[in-house]
Amino acid sequence: MLAYILRRVFQSLIVLLAVGLVAFAMFNFVGDPVDNMLGQERTQADIERLRQQLGLDQPFLVQYWKFLEQAAQGNFGLSYRQGRPVADILAERLPATLELALVSGILALIGGVVLGIFTAIRRSGVAANVIMTVSLVGVSLPTFLIGVVLIYVFSVELGWLPSFGRGEVVDLGWWSTGFLTVSGLKALILPAIMLGLYQMTLIMRLVRTEMLEVLRMDYIRFARARGIREKSINFKHALKNTLVPVITITGLQLGSIIAFAIITETVFQWPGVGLLFINAVQFVDIPVMAAYLMMISVMFVAINLIVDMLYFAIDPRLRLDRKGGGH
Amino acid sequence: METPILSVRNLVVEIPTRHGILRPVDNVSYDIHAGEILGVVGESGAGKSMTGNAVIGLLNRPAHIKSGEILLSGQPIHSLSGDALRRLRGKRMGMIFQDPLTSLNPLLTVGEQLTETIMEHLDVSYAQALDRAVAALDEVGIPAARARINSYPHEFSGGMRQRVVIALALCAEPELVIADEPTTALDVSVQAQIIALLKRLCRERGVAVMLVTHDMGVIAEAADRVAVMYAGRLAELGPVRDVILNADHPYTAGLMASTPLASQGQKRLRQIPGSMPRLGQLPMGCAFSPRCEFAQDKCKQDPGPTRETCNGRAACWFPLSSTAKQEATQ
Repeated sequence: MLAYILRRVFQSLIVLLAVGLVAFAMFNFVGDPVDNMLGQERTQADIERLRQQLGLDQPFLVQYWKFLEQAAQGNFGLSYRQGRPVADILAERLPATLELALVSGILALIGGVVLGIFTAIRRSGVAANVIMTVSLVGVSLPTFLIGVVLIYVFSVELGWLPSFGRGEVVDLGWWSTGFLTVSGLKALILPAIMLGLYQMTLIMRLVRTEMLEVLRMDYIRFARARGIREKSINFKHALKNTLVPVITITGLQLGSIIAFAIITETVFQWPGVGLLFINAVQFVDIPVMAAYLMMISVMFVAINLIVDMLYFAIDPRLRLDRKGGGH
Repeated sequence: METPILSVRNLVVEIPTRHGILRPVDNVSYDIHAGEILGVVGESGAGKSMTGNAVIGLLNRPAHIKSGEILLSGQPIHSLSGDALRRLRGKRMGMIFQDPLTSLNPLLTVGEQLTETIMEHLDVSYAQALDRAVAALDEVGIPAARARINSYPHEFSGGMRQRVVIALALCAEPELVIADEPTTALDVSVQAQIIALLKRLCRERGVAVMLVTHDMGVIAEAADRVAVMYAGRLAELGPVRDVILNADHPYTAGLMASTPLASQGQKRLRQIPGSMPRLGQLPMGCAFSPRCEFAQDKCKQDPGPTRETCNGRAACWFPLSSTAKQEATQ
């Protein structure tokens, strides 16, 4: 198992190196940074001096290595637009995105698993069919439209919940949280629903399909033949066997919740990294874009790694180095 | 005579389909007594497994019991509600499935599956259930049972897994065990061990066993009496020796003649011409009549009575013991 983990960590590093190359390439190929930094009235001498100062006259590999060295320390340079270290700006924005992702992730996971089990067990019931039909809407409607509809219903018409922003936040020094104030919690609800709805329907459909598959297995029949209660068959025998694929998808979805919070954050003007990224794109603020890219890829890789570890916890057949086996 | 453990009377199982109602089990009756192994043989689709499933109440919808009675030690169980039947399953009747590789939950340890079953049916503490689980594994011949109780199914070989399945079916001490093709998925050498184990448990505990199989060798080895099924009907029922040596029903005779025996050397095996009719296309009379070399007009009109013969019972107008037996067995 240790060898497996090491192999996966090694693979993850290669992925990160590749993403790093793309991020690095942005500096060089999306416009000339020297052009951007020097104004209209520049001389050739100015350009040469700045190139030397920034190390841009050095070979490509040396530059790439330096970039990686700095990136590994969390140093992505200064934002072109704000003139502050990118790492600081990200750290400031990250709590908002992570809290939003956490809430919608939990919503999607719990809602998806519960509804998935329900629709699988009551396969032919009216309620299950209604849920399945509604979930089709969740899968096929674009998320921004759901966001706009939510704002229209709950903010404009009913006036229950705020339509934008994070509400009041409490600054804990290293983290600013919206969990501790009423307005912060109220502000979380609509964006979390918008962000989590698609994932929830996806998980629900996956759980349902897996459950139906598992419920046809021989060991479920055998459990019935031993007089085990339906409750135990559904939640102990069947659910556990559906978890491996569900965890894979949920892990990947958690990554994409963070990555694609961009749309939700734009609709709700949520002050997170997604909104930061959109603004950075508009101003061609390459250090911010590169740092965002690296951050998201680190998250994806880390989540995938954790998901792989979880398989071992769930499925004993994968713990190959366990003693025993055979007779 | 004492009350049989299992008594099936005129059992009819029906499956409604778009093309009409099928009868995979049609008017089947038999008894199994304590300590007796009844072999149920027949081709695939003859209704053997369906009979077993009907008894234990695990028919897959839309199949259902249309009429007839199932008595467990004299108590009618065919009309019990789902939960009342569930309480009987595992406690008073156990079932052993065909494929030991798929009948154990891969993510639960053997001990978890055993203790769960024991605590569902018997009023014992977890520690007592664990002791019973170890004893159950021990009884089916799993070495070092206490050490292996926390193993997962994949850590056992196929034969050992079938022993675990048997331990699971028997751990709450049922009176009746339905073994549905318990040896079909196993190696031949392991088959003999499993059959010996079943026979021993049957004798020692006085369990009634319904042994469903299509393997005549297993029947000859294990069963006391044998029921031969054809197209959902009981063709013949009698003591295993009589049925094998002196079949009354032409189908049974054909079946025996097509079974390879070491004592017969390399003689070419006989075949029964044709194949079993599909349930939707049963002939009007005896279902075997289109393939039967003794069939007469009467057979094609009317399925005929089930009559007592010197062996037991046979559903045939012209049981072979009174007609041309010699020709059929050759």
